[in-house]
Amino acid sequence: MPSLCLDCLTDFDAGRRCPACGSPRCISHPELFDLSIAHMDCDAFYASVEKRDDPGLEDKPVIIGGGRRGVVSTACYVARIRGVRSAMPMFQALKLCPDAVIVRPKMDKYVEVSRQIRTMMEELTPSIEPLSLDEAFLDLTGTTRLHGAPPAVMLARLTKRMQNELGLTGSIGLSHNKFLAKVASDLEKPRGFSVIGAAETQDFLHDKPVSLIWGVGLASQNALEKSGIRTFADLLRWEQADLVARFGSMGERLWHLARGQDHRRVSRNAPVKSISNETTFGEDTANPEILDGHLWRMAEKVADRAKAKDIAGRVVTLKLKRANFALLTRRVSLREPTQLADAIYRTARSLFDQVGDQGPYRLLGCGLSDLVKAEGADLSGDLLDPQAGQRSAAERATDKIRARFGSDAIVKGRALR
Amino acid sequence: MKISVERGVLLKAVAQAQSVVERRNTIPILANVLIEADGSDVTFRATDLDIEVVDRAPAQVERAGATTVSATTLHEIVRKLPDGALVNLTADNATGRLTVEAGRSNFSLATLPKEDFPVMASSEYASNFAASAPVLRRLFDKSKFAISTEETRYYLNGVYMHIADGDSGKALRCVATDGHRLARIDADLPEGATEMPGVIVPRKTVGELRKLLDDDDMEIAVSVSETKVRFATKDITLTSKVIDGTFPDYTRVIPTGNTRKLEVDASDFARAVDRVATVSSERSRAVKMQLDEDRLVLSVNAPDSGAAEEELAVAYGDDRLEIGFNAKYLLEIASQVDRENAVFMFNSSGDPTLMREGNDQSAVYVVMPMRV
Repeated sequence: MPSLCLDCLTDFDAGRRCPACGSPRCISHPELFDLSIAHMDCDAFYASVEKRDDPGLEDKPVIIGGGRRGVVSTACYVARIRGVRSAMPMFQALKLCPDAVIVRPKMDKYVEVSRQIRTMMEELTPSIEPLSLDEAFLDLTGTTRLHGAPPAVMLARLTKRMQNELGLTGSIGLSHNKFLAKVASDLEKPRGFSVIGAAETQDFLHDKPVSLIWGVGLASQNALEKSGIRTFADLLRWEQADLVARFGSMGERLWHLARGQDHRRVSRNAPVKSISNETTFGEDTANPEILDGHLWRMAEKVADRAKAKDIAGRVVTLKLKRANFALLTRRVSLREPTQLADAIYRTARSLFDQVGDQGPYRLLGCGLSDLVKAEGADLSGDLLDPQAGQRSAAERATDKIRARFGSDAIVKGRALR
Repeated sequence: MKISVERGVLLKAVAQAQSVVERRNTIPILANVLIEADGSDVTFRATDLDIEVVDRAPAQVERAGATTVSATTLHEIVRKLPDGALVNLTADNATGRLTVEAGRSNFSLATLPKEDFPVMASSEYASNFAASAPVLRRLFDKSKFAISTEETRYYLNGVYMHIADGDSGKALRCVATDGHRLARIDADLPEGATEMPGVIVPRKTVGELRKLLDDDDMEIAVSVSETKVRFATKDITLTSKVIDGTFPDYTRVIPTGNTRKLEVDASDFARAVDRVATVSSERSRAVKMQLDEDRLVLSVNAPDSGAAEEELAVAYGDDRLEIGFNAKYLLEIASQVDRENAVFMFNSSGDPTLMREGNDQSAVYVVMPMRV
């Protein structure tokens, strides 16, 4: 069976240890040298960067995140052993791990390191689709002759280089499509290299829970469970048409995924799909005026980013987290895409008014999705809101003033609440 | 219960009932139709809790009784039976099944107890009057395209039916708008309707009502209260809750000072708009109208896909004007015109434009321009 030593990159035919260097870090798989879609995920990226730069942290549990009310952005493997997880509220993390060293995220540094990794990946293939600073899909199809080595070898070489040159480790998932590559990279961490071949795909997925699918969260899981779908085997029993009837566009995707099929391409310029901003308050609040102020500021931030990217969105989302961490999200489609803070705010505000929950809340967020180019946005007025035109002209004028005199030059009273 | 009904009669009655039933249902009984047989009639009742339809059909009732079965299944079965067949429906209380027999076909359907079926509470109606089917047809057909689908302004998700001061005295008026276009249709006030409260008839009800009005000339009994509206023919009664909200003051939306008048053959215009809009693949296709003396140039410029232009001979005598509209909105209002020329009244390229049929003030449309 084709085998590869992850330490010295020797390929060989059989055996548990590398015949050249004797290392046990070997991977054997019948399709090892045939597969070419990969997912690379850095191991505890932010925490690893901090540990690298401060050797004093090496054996300590390190948590990257904001103040007491923030959430864990990344936890190092020492902290993970104690039960700390990403996205866990900081106070809970500290309860589990009171001696943790908390480091405020230094995004500039991570962006720089990410760029270095990106450069290394670009030597492998031009088809790279970054999902975030620390993970990316790579399509190495057709690169074997160029590199004189199959994708698996090149990927092992990549992680080895990352370790030698940057002092960071990553895990690789190698398979025949994006969905399975991402699943694979998660099978073994840190410093993992996992392969899911075409022949074993169905067997591999059979008993796995559907929560394995990226994008199937708690809500989708509940919806699926109501239809008796917990595992991929359950999913296989459904006709495509029935899945579509019940779950809409997700149904078709589920049908394919159940069979281990994912036809999405690794695309270098995966377009921005949504813009959102959220804020966790210093203390929980139910005060409508304060919440309204937050809502406006979030809407304005979203609008600023949309304007900077010259895009507009058709769907506005409101996100609220109650004091007990229950999450409420509401979304609505607009008739026409917008990039105006005024329109985003008013839409989110009407969603807020319809929530019918008094709070108190600890977090508020606002988002814009179903994005299009800005030239198709805000073209028509509203018969029932004749002032909308004036408000949008005022916003455009405000933007010009800010561009010239700074972002504090002019603000709405609402923003000061 | 044991009854025999002719297939055609049964199909019509069941079809109306099953269309009210929501496809996706979490409450099983709401997927069912309540069948009640008594005397020489059978009634089929279906509801989604907002709308209730009761359909009466003549039947040979051998044994009176009632039961409920899946509306879609029953409809499908009856639809597939041969024309002219005599259908026997027999409810067996012991097995809890309803047997459907026709010729050599035999079906046995699961039932749910009739007691579980929610019957809409009867209510007092403030106003009862009769309106002819063609009048109602015109009121709703010409306004329904402008109904909004926006969830946030839920009070726009229907047709506002009310009494208003029309061109020649009091009128029965239907208004619908989604903020981009508006339709205002008037009809002569039917006798006895003077006291009718204004109600917002939901979109789905408008759709169901339309099926009632298919039969040419009959009189429809209309009953209206603050919370409900009912439309009834001899055989079918459609009762619906109305949207609980306040319809915005639409009168200030309808421009009165627009002076630039364009007169154009509506179907020529619609066809030309449709043709030039072809080059744009975007969801909101903007069509530019350039008006000059007796000349209209329609154009679309979509940088990614192409450009189109078409010229039309029209009647226009005012200053040059350039104004843009969503192609779909233009097509929809132009297709409301069926007898005379379409008359557009413009102000500026940023102001709402008014459209009517010839000089007929009883059907008025307003459409918001787009920046082009």
